[in-house]
Amino acid sequence: MENLFNLFVRSIFIDNMIFAYFLGMCSYLAVSKTVKTSVGLGIAVTFVLLITAPVNWLVDTYLLKPGAMTWIDPSFADVDLSYLSFLIFIAVIAAIVQLVEMVVEKFSPTLYSALGIFLPLIAVNCAILGVALFVQEREYESISEVVVYAGGSGLGWFLAIAALAAIREKTRYSHIPAPLRGLGIAFIVTGLMAIAFMGFMGIKI
Amino acid sequence: MSEDKNTREPMFSAKIVKILTRPFNLENPITVQVLGICSALAVTVQMKPAIVMALSVTVVTAFSNLIISTLRNTIPSRIRIIVQLVVVAALVIIVDQVLKAYVYDVSKKLSVFVGLIITNCILMGRLEAFAMAQKPWPSFVDGIGNGIGYGLILITVGFFRELLGSGKIFGIDVVPQFLYDAGYVSNGLMILPPMALITIGVIIWLQRSKNRELIDKS
Repeated sequence: MENLFNLFVRSIFIDNMIFAYFLGMCSYLAVSKTVKTSVGLGIAVTFVLLITAPVNWLVDTYLLKPGAMTWIDPSFADVDLSYLSFLIFIAVIAAIVQLVEMVVEKFSPTLYSALGIFLPLIAVNCAILGVALFVQEREYESISEVVVYAGGSGLGWFLAIAALAAIREKTRYSHIPAPLRGLGIAFIVTGLMAIAFMGFMGIKI
Repeated sequence: MSEDKNTREPMFSAKIVKILTRPFNLENPITVQVLGICSALAVTVQMKPAIVMALSVTVVTAFSNLIISTLRNTIPSRIRIIVQLVVVAALVIIVDQVLKAYVYDVSKKLSVFVGLIITNCILMGRLEAFAMAQKPWPSFVDGIGNGIGYGLILITVGFFRELLGSGKIFGIDVVPQFLYDAGYVSNGLMILPPMALITIGVIIWLQRSKNRELIDKS
């Protein structure tokens, strides 16, 4: 339990998807112009991560890993499909995003109108595939670890994009040198925020 | 035969050269189009992984552009995203296997970032914006151009981070010993992730002050 809580805090603050790994930067910079839309995108990313990461973990553990298919038949012990993981992961993500979009549209029109336009964008958000690949690389052992890690990473991403959007709304009224306006200052602000987040390094619970 | 030759565009017409060179500066994928930052910055601590990454992205962009452009009339537009993703994922698997076979140490250093080329926005951006509407040869050139434009930024950032952060280029010490004796210390902050962002911010600043037309109007 303590271990899970530690993992949760680590994935939000220390291994933050944006400040430590630069994942999901494209939509992070493109959608962070106002707080309202960035909050919508942040929620959508967290939501999709919580579904795709465990599914990809299950696929990896029971189909792709070397010797993963022994549950079907012991003779599959030397089958190793891990070279297919990129293709399978991205297919799973694209399919789930499509499915989530349809389910949300059917059952919760209000949520759909809030998330709607962001959902298709998410299939190609690097943070989603990144979490799936990190889960595979770090060899998490149980599904609860994967869920906690995915939730933490999603929240960390949410926090980063909401904070940047708030700062960008303020910088619109500041005197920034013309060539630095817009994209340039967004990069530098993100860099400074990343330095601030480094203060969390080494925290252990 | 000769007539057929006249109607065809030459392989390297002015238009093609323009498609190739535009992404180097005025339409640079990173600093102007804001594409493909995701998997880029983490690999720029040293020059070598940055160059390997740039080459991999160039190969994948060029060939995915070529393949999608060849198939563009047969892909139903409703499922085009998934078709593009499958083509890109297949190419990335090939690149990943080649890297693992020939440059294993670099491949370990790049870790998940090779896989993340799949969701690199340069690919989807160029496929959607260019390859779906253009002939195969210009698309291929466009892919190479964007790959090089991306690589230029990556290598510049990698150069400064490795030089200032660890005093090396390609792993060879370049800062002379007497500077260290005189009290020079490598800036450890340059190796950490935040400086990649700030370096790019500065590159954007310099580029836009050279090319005033790129400045944001708002």
